[in-house]
Amino acid sequence: MLILNCPYCGVDAEETELAAGGEAHLKRYGPGSSDDEFHDYLFMRENPKGVHFERWRHANGCGKWFHAARATDTLEVFGTYSAQTTEPPQEIREAITAKRPGWTWREFE
Amino acid sequence: MSEPISALNHASFEGIAKVEECGLQGMITLRGDLSDKALAKAVKDATGQKMPGQREAFVEGESGVCWMSSDELLVLVPYAEVDAKLAAMTKTLSGTHSLAVNVSDARAVFRVSGTSAREVLGKIAPVELSAEAFQPGQIRRSRLAQIAGAFWMDDTETFRVVCFRSAADYAFNLLKVAAQPGSEVGIY
Repeated sequence: MLILNCPYCGVDAEETELAAGGEAHLKRYGPGSSDDEFHDYLFMRENPKGVHFERWRHANGCGKWFHAARATDTLEVFGTYSAQTTEPPQEIREAITAKRPGWTWREFE
Repeated sequence: MSEPISALNHASFEGIAKVEECGLQGMITLRGDLSDKALAKAVKDATGQKMPGQREAFVEGESGVCWMSSDELLVLVPYAEVDAKLAAMTKTLSGTHSLAVNVSDARAVFRVSGTSAREVLGKIAPVELSAEAFQPGQIRRSRLAQIAGAFWMDDTETFRVVCFRSAADYAFNLLKVAAQPGSEVGIY
């Protein structure tokens, strides 16, 4: 059972209180973008074995969206952070580096 | 004029804890910047309570205020006063970016009381309910089996549970099953 700490209400919420929102930090390609960019934005997703960044919503709770950094292979959670950001904050990156030196995920490392 | 009636009209059940539907309760959803002084004044005027911090609930009887999220409060007032309180609140908040809505008739409220009240809630919500973790003065929004719900404690053996009125029947049946006689677990 996945347990994530909601950064807005401070609750350690278990999976059944949350709704998964897919991959984090997507950049939207809308009108004016090329077909390839739009295709990649719509369909191409990371599917890593290891460090992953996701969006979650505390649906049965405060209702807020937030981000989580976790490992898909061990269900280890490195941390959760605010939704109002376009990249993982430094303390989250350091927490991951402490456990998984040399990790990379998309353009982040 | 039709007479307002709550969802289950004071239905009650006695098992390992007493489950009662509380009847009509005035409720106002207030959204806005919780650090705003105008919001704090509106809450103070309506309930006499100060602005709650994260997951705090200050409730006395039918009046009080609960923290619902970082930009939302649940203001409790007696049902008969809700229109007047809401009008006063809207006046206090004019010019402030905020939203206050009367949601009294969209909700149902239950009281679960008795020495096993913690167990009854613990069976249906994925929440740590030990005495160290959950105390009077705190509110928790969570789920009650399959429906959304929130609860706080009036005292160490009494919970007040809020859910949508449309799910009141489900919630009452759920609480009844969780409070079946002889179903104590003895964990808390």
